[in-house]
Amino acid sequence: MEVLRRWVQALATVLSNGYVMFPFTKTIYQGRLKAFCVPGLNCYSCPAAAGACPIGALQNFFAFLQVGWRQGTFLPGFYVIGFLGLLGGFVGRMPCAWLCPFGLLQELLYRIPAPKKEFPRFLSWGKYGFLLFFVILFPLFLLDEFGYGITWFCKFVCPAGTLEAGLPLMGLQPAFRELAGALFSLKVSILVAVVAAAAIVRRPFCRVVCPLGAFYSLFNRGSLFRMAYHPDRCIHCGACSRNCPMGVAPYLGPNGKDCIRCLKCVYQSCPAGALSWECAGLKGGGRPSEEKVGEVPQVAHGDQLQAGAVQGFPGKGGGQ
Amino acid sequence: MNGNSSRKLPFFLILLSLLLFLTGFNLGEAAFVWERAVQICLSCIGIG
Repeated sequence: MEVLRRWVQALATVLSNGYVMFPFTKTIYQGRLKAFCVPGLNCYSCPAAAGACPIGALQNFFAFLQVGWRQGTFLPGFYVIGFLGLLGGFVGRMPCAWLCPFGLLQELLYRIPAPKKEFPRFLSWGKYGFLLFFVILFPLFLLDEFGYGITWFCKFVCPAGTLEAGLPLMGLQPAFRELAGALFSLKVSILVAVVAAAAIVRRPFCRVVCPLGAFYSLFNRGSLFRMAYHPDRCIHCGACSRNCPMGVAPYLGPNGKDCIRCLKCVYQSCPAGALSWECAGLKGGGRPSEEKVGEVPQVAHGDQLQAGAVQGFPGKGGGQ
Repeated sequence: MNGNSSRKLPFFLILLSLLLFLTGFNLGEAAFVWERAVQICLSCIGIG
């Protein structure tokens, strides 16, 4: 399943960035596909981007809302909210694991041999702050003298924009290099920090910052696709949590806000079949495979967690 | 949340999202997304 997921991630990355003519045109794609949002975090100013970033589009709607209202145009962003809601309603946060290019990048960076650490879990609430303030409230209410807001998350935070758009466009268009100043330095610093953190912590940006993941996570408990935990089969080995790319402990709540439904715990980690999924009557996983039963669960490459990773089981050292 | 309501919730969310999506499309929001996405976002690249 992990091999399949990696292929799907790679395909999604290629399709989201399918404009191969940019080295010749020296600018971004301007075709009709840009009217559609991609499911992952992928900057639409990336020279290769074939679609629109949903978080960038959403901020533009909110930044334009008040001045548009005064001009008799009402564009509240239902198109993007509905698109994300459709995805979330069907599969919850699954696009983060399967379709997001920036998620793929972080997973690859985590393979770099380096000391591995964990975040304090409360930091995972930070992404809701970025969604609420940088994507919704600041663009809506912090306006310039003409009544326009700005795309706060894109401008001051988004490392995907720096990586996919800022750096390539600086290379393609020399005029941009002369305009780079303190803001560009800030954004490059954020990118460097995220890249460095991703080598040490599993998916740090997804867990702490990403407003798109925060939005999808709101649907995890109510989506058609659901994870299920079978406590009667659980042998309390903690393999699911150790191997999870998000550091989730599914036994504490299989549809929690940070589960990205990568299914690694179902098909690879759990030797006892204690985790499964279900979707509109279809069920998968949840059966102990013959070759895995009796195995001592192994820690995956690079996943050396500190003591305390196997928490929450009775008698195993606390909860979360 | 009981089992019955938890089975209905996904369909309610999907229907609501579909309505929002179609309403936004009818309001011309797809064209607005296109207009923004075909311009180089100077904020995104850190110079605007």
